[in-house]
Amino acid sequence: MSTTVTRDAGVKPGIGAGGGQKDPGGSDPFEPPQGDSKDWPPGFSREDAIEPEKYRIGMWVGLASILMLFIALTSAYIVRGVPALSGGDSDWIPLAMPRILWVNTAVLLLSSVSIELARRALKKNEYDRFKGWISLTTLFGASFLVGQLIAWRQLAAQGVFINSHPHSSFFYLLTSLHGVHLLGGVIALAYVTVAALRMRIGFKRRTAVDVTSIYWHFMDGLWIYLFGLLFFFR
Amino acid sequence: MADVVHPIHGEVHRHPAPTSFIRKYIFSTDHKVIGTQYWFLALFSVFVGMGLSLLMRLQLGWPGQEWGFLKTLFPTAAENGTISGEFYLSLLTMHGTVMVFFVLTTAPQGGFGNYFLPIQIGAADMAFPVLNMMSFWITFMALVVLMSAFFADSIAHFLNDYFFDVAAAGNVIGPIGGWTGYAPLSALGERAGPGQGMGVILWVTSIALFCIASLLGALNFITTMLNMRAKGMSLMRLPLTCWAWFTTAVLALLSFPVLLAAGILLILDHTADTSFFIPGGEYVNGKLVTEHAGGSPIMWQHLFWFFGHPEVYIAILPGMGLTSHILSTFARKPVFGYRAMVYAIFAIGLLGFFVWGHHMFISGMSPYSAIAFSLVTLTIGVPSAIKTFNWLGTLWGGQIRFTTPMLFAIGFVSLFVSGGITGLFLGQTSIDIPLHDTYFVVGHFHLIMGVAAIFGMFAGTYFWFPKMFGKMMNEGLGKLHFLLTFIGVNAIFIPMHIMGMAGQTRRYASHWNPATGEGLHYLSNMVPLTRFVSIAAFVTIAAQLIFLVNLVWSWIKGKKATENPWEATSLEWTIPSPPPHDNFAGIEPEVHRGPYEYSVPGASKDFLMQTDAEGPVIEHGH
Repeated sequence: MSTTVTRDAGVKPGIGAGGGQKDPGGSDPFEPPQGDSKDWPPGFSREDAIEPEKYRIGMWVGLASILMLFIALTSAYIVRGVPALSGGDSDWIPLAMPRILWVNTAVLLLSSVSIELARRALKKNEYDRFKGWISLTTLFGASFLVGQLIAWRQLAAQGVFINSHPHSSFFYLLTSLHGVHLLGGVIALAYVTVAALRMRIGFKRRTAVDVTSIYWHFMDGLWIYLFGLLFFFR
Repeated sequence: MADVVHPIHGEVHRHPAPTSFIRKYIFSTDHKVIGTQYWFLALFSVFVGMGLSLLMRLQLGWPGQEWGFLKTLFPTAAENGTISGEFYLSLLTMHGTVMVFFVLTTAPQGGFGNYFLPIQIGAADMAFPVLNMMSFWITFMALVVLMSAFFADSIAHFLNDYFFDVAAAGNVIGPIGGWTGYAPLSALGERAGPGQGMGVILWVTSIALFCIASLLGALNFITTMLNMRAKGMSLMRLPLTCWAWFTTAVLALLSFPVLLAAGILLILDHTADTSFFIPGGEYVNGKLVTEHAGGSPIMWQHLFWFFGHPEVYIAILPGMGLTSHILSTFARKPVFGYRAMVYAIFAIGLLGFFVWGHHMFISGMSPYSAIAFSLVTLTIGVPSAIKTFNWLGTLWGGQIRFTTPMLFAIGFVSLFVSGGITGLFLGQTSIDIPLHDTYFVVGHFHLIMGVAAIFGMFAGTYFWFPKMFGKMMNEGLGKLHFLLTFIGVNAIFIPMHIMGMAGQTRRYASHWNPATGEGLHYLSNMVPLTRFVSIAAFVTIAAQLIFLVNLVWSWIKGKKATENPWEATSLEWTIPSPPPHDNFAGIEPEVHRGPYEYSVPGASKDFLMQTDAEGPVIEHGH
């Protein structure tokens, strides 16, 4: 049972495509089917066989760089926020949290649950449930972004802008950088949702669902982290 | 399941070759075209960068001298025919930025890496060809934005007239903050000096674009190497060039986001009146800065150098991989200690993340952290020495063929040693503190990061030109180019160490003007040496025209290259020169052995291709 999507199972232990292949049984719709390609169901091609692995690796590698961006900004936040580190003359004034952020956080957490339900539904080939959950996830994602905009408007109405004081600078900066990344996720979700509604969930788009969900969970976790950093470490 | 048809082996999906000019040569997704585009971008940039250093050396060698042609060329920036202090700083800034980003980072990785990584691992293309195209064009945009910083003044006036108010630059041609753009001066705008306004905005924008392009590129390199290797291409059968490109990509992936973060903070300080880097009570050019307070200028240095030090290895690692590859090829011997070489590359890459503080010994950091940074810095000497001795071990007892690429690879080892030794001096706080702002540092980093990496690129160009363009380069011109360049760069940069020890300060437009008696009197006896360096620089720059002539001449009239003119073993030498659109004509190669099987006992010829199934099997047990 060692022949499958692996390009060369024998010589690539450990890292990458060769290592860690799942047991090929054909029962998992995320893996391409076995056998002669003319017997494969429509929507599968030979090229697809190495595609999913490459997109997953690419996504994890990309997330590593996004993580580094936020680690760098976290270190700046700590240096700027701790008086002893920034030279003593700290002008740090903690921001009063806009209440809507709790709602936004809850919405984003729910979206992580719904995308997971969508992914599992697709795995079991339950298309109707998949369509429902993935549409709901897209809706949750878009609502989160709208909620963040409302939080900005509320702060602006109180006269708190990006240059008001260092904590507000970091708040606007971190929420907008996270928002830009999340917007990318919403666009990916919208693409998958449209494809799902038009009944075009071939093998490639199943990979897209899989990879988008990795990204989405990461963005969710990143928000929880930023929320905690901004309002519980100040 | 014995007779399962393997979905992949033996056949690779073929993209049809594009036919239109635009898809084929401009917006191409073919990694070879993109690699060549990167290479030409770096070639253009290196001549821009050299032109800037020519102007700087003119000023340094003959301070105060009035040159008629400068007056004509730069009627505002050099109105008396001499280069003003600010103009000099902008030349220095642009020289550093162009060279570090658009030459040292671009050619070895984006150029050669893009072209040869997929071929050397036996793939038809990179993992994400469209992403690859985007990386190049974002890099191109970054270069355009940086070049536009030369015209920062005109751009500021244009924006003022038609769009919104920005401070117009004075009599300079670009940003003046150095390639390190130290805050707070770089964050304060035009009041901190001409070129700190629009010039810095364009500079940061260019760097941010470059960061994004490099990140996309790094993602592509890593995925390609992990996922696209041909059958039989195990990790320990990869050419060392691939390991170097892979490690470089990992460094870029983890360090460029930090520079991007720093750039975002800087541009916010600059344009949105935040105070990340600007402390309170700054008194700049006779005026008190009132709207900023509490920022930390040292934070910029930490973020910048957390990127900046890995960047040094981003520039040099591909050259190291290439040097190993070429030394083995032309010494007709396996690389001495292949595994040790791979682990040394990793070690250098890993340690490179923990030494950034050695750029900041004079920033007022705690002496305890300085000692920690110093210790880790000196530790890098260990893997570097492993590499150096393994290179010598590779040469030892070989039947050396002194071709031009081989000469440049040996030159790389020489420069790596002479530049690296002074790194051990500067890695120690007690020696760094007096030498830090002198020409000693300029000599050190130019030898190791500048010229050694450039020698790697020259070696790569002479080595792979036959494969890339299907023509051999002229060996006579190549050797002349090597000789003049090797002597030239040593004549330029070794005296700089002496000047540095004499206390000659870097970044100054003029040290001692013998005609007027202005400047630093204690440097008056350094005038002849400074002038000698300038002359050596002019000669070396002129020698690069030989390279340019050789390129053009060989491309048009050069001898046609065969498939494997160097009798080398890696996969790129199994396919025609230049390679066809999908590299292996749709058939995935099968790899049977390691990349450096030269002079194998019992073999019929003195080298075995990686694809050779026949021939003696060598067990590499360690």
